[in-house]
Amino acid sequence: MTLIHLTPFDLTLAAGLVLLLAGLSWRLHLGVERRLLIAALRSAVQLSLIGYVLHALFAATNPGFIALMALVMLAFAGWEALSRQKHRFVGAWGYGIGTLSMFLSSFSVLILTLAVIIGVEPWYQPQYLIPLLGMLLGNTMSGVALALDNLTRDAWNARGRIEARLILGETWDCAISGIRRDALRAGLIPIVNAMATAGVVSLPGMMTGQILAGSPPIEAAKYQLLVMFVISAGTGLGATAAVWLGSRRLFDERQRLRLDRLRPPQGQG
Amino acid sequence: MAGLRLQGVAPLGLDPIDLDLAAGERVFISGPSGSGKSLLLRAVADLDPCPGEVWLNGTARSALPAPQWRRQVALLPAEAHWWADSVGEHLPGECESLLTDLGFGPETLGWAISRLSTGERQRLALARVLANRPAALLLDEATANLDPPNRDRVEALVEGYRAEHAAAVLWVSHDPEQRERLGGRRLMIQARRLVPEP
Repeated sequence: MTLIHLTPFDLTLAAGLVLLLAGLSWRLHLGVERRLLIAALRSAVQLSLIGYVLHALFAATNPGFIALMALVMLAFAGWEALSRQKHRFVGAWGYGIGTLSMFLSSFSVLILTLAVIIGVEPWYQPQYLIPLLGMLLGNTMSGVALALDNLTRDAWNARGRIEARLILGETWDCAISGIRRDALRAGLIPIVNAMATAGVVSLPGMMTGQILAGSPPIEAAKYQLLVMFVISAGTGLGATAAVWLGSRRLFDERQRLRLDRLRPPQGQG
Repeated sequence: MAGLRLQGVAPLGLDPIDLDLAAGERVFISGPSGSGKSLLLRAVADLDPCPGEVWLNGTARSALPAPQWRRQVALLPAEAHWWADSVGEHLPGECESLLTDLGFGPETLGWAISRLSTGERQRLALARVLANRPAALLLDEATANLDPPNRDRVEALVEGYRAEHAAAVLWVSHDPEQRERLGGRRLMIQARRLVPEP
């Protein structure tokens, strides 16, 4: 079984379906046609670019370029995680907490997976590193963003309850413990759900891709399993780090709840 | 020196405040709403960052870990908040006599927070604070939602605690009759400053 190469004509046909959807949105006054077309255009440009970048990267296997690529991906993930939070931390903390957590978890799990579990030689071989990092970052980002969003929103709404515990002489750690637990749980639920329904409700994207590319389904399933396991570890670590750093930042050295370190929510969204 | 001492404490919107309370002394504070009474109490309890220093029986606030300070200089906020479902989860073990003094039986510990009235919440919040055996009390409208019998109970309990433990009490009260009835030093916030009530 070999890969059938897609021609520009094939892609044009698929793009026609998006145009059709945009036309439908316009006809029914749904108001999403503009955003739909812009998103489709963005994905076309981004994916074509990344195709070329990866092509060059795979050909070179230069550790410097690979590191640069990994950092660019991390930077974008940090920005995206930030934009999904309503009550962000003000200043560099807003970007820093999420990005640092993703860096710690994704990169440590990535290196462990490449060097020990799969045993790639050299471990930074981009054909393995970049796609794995992409999947790790993508999922960790969702987990970290959800966990931080829950943490800051709950702390914002529960100010009276948190301070009631501080007033009675409890430590910051105790006063925020319930909120922290809920935030962590919220960050982990998507990956737990994804694992629970994998293969029954949905065929995971990576496995689908490998099957389309001609891999035997059993091999594809094994890879998918590996990826899901490391993704859940990465997401769990990332969300834990983010919730810990974030909850610490909500209190100062005198264990006062410092909601002034959060930006008030802006507008709807 | 025993008692509570404030030096240069300047909550938002107030000029720096110097104030000495002897051990076992009660001082009333009044003033228009929004004048900063609650902020002053929060500042003393170390809940808001604020310039100035506070001493309790000669020990500086900055020399104690914050949780320890807050257990000893206990704030009763105007609105009590509850983080668990039942009353008992908010109170330590031996507090039956406190509950009795406030007109509650031991069965109160099993009550759900959601079915408490405003007045019951206010009285139970006081029990919660006193159960920590604080050395100074910061009361913010401690009797605002109470009927006369319960108001008398709270006043008697606070006065008894103050006498028994030589606790300094800084009491924000809107009720001129209460300030008159209980006596003692009376201060008010006027034009950003803490001045004696005329």
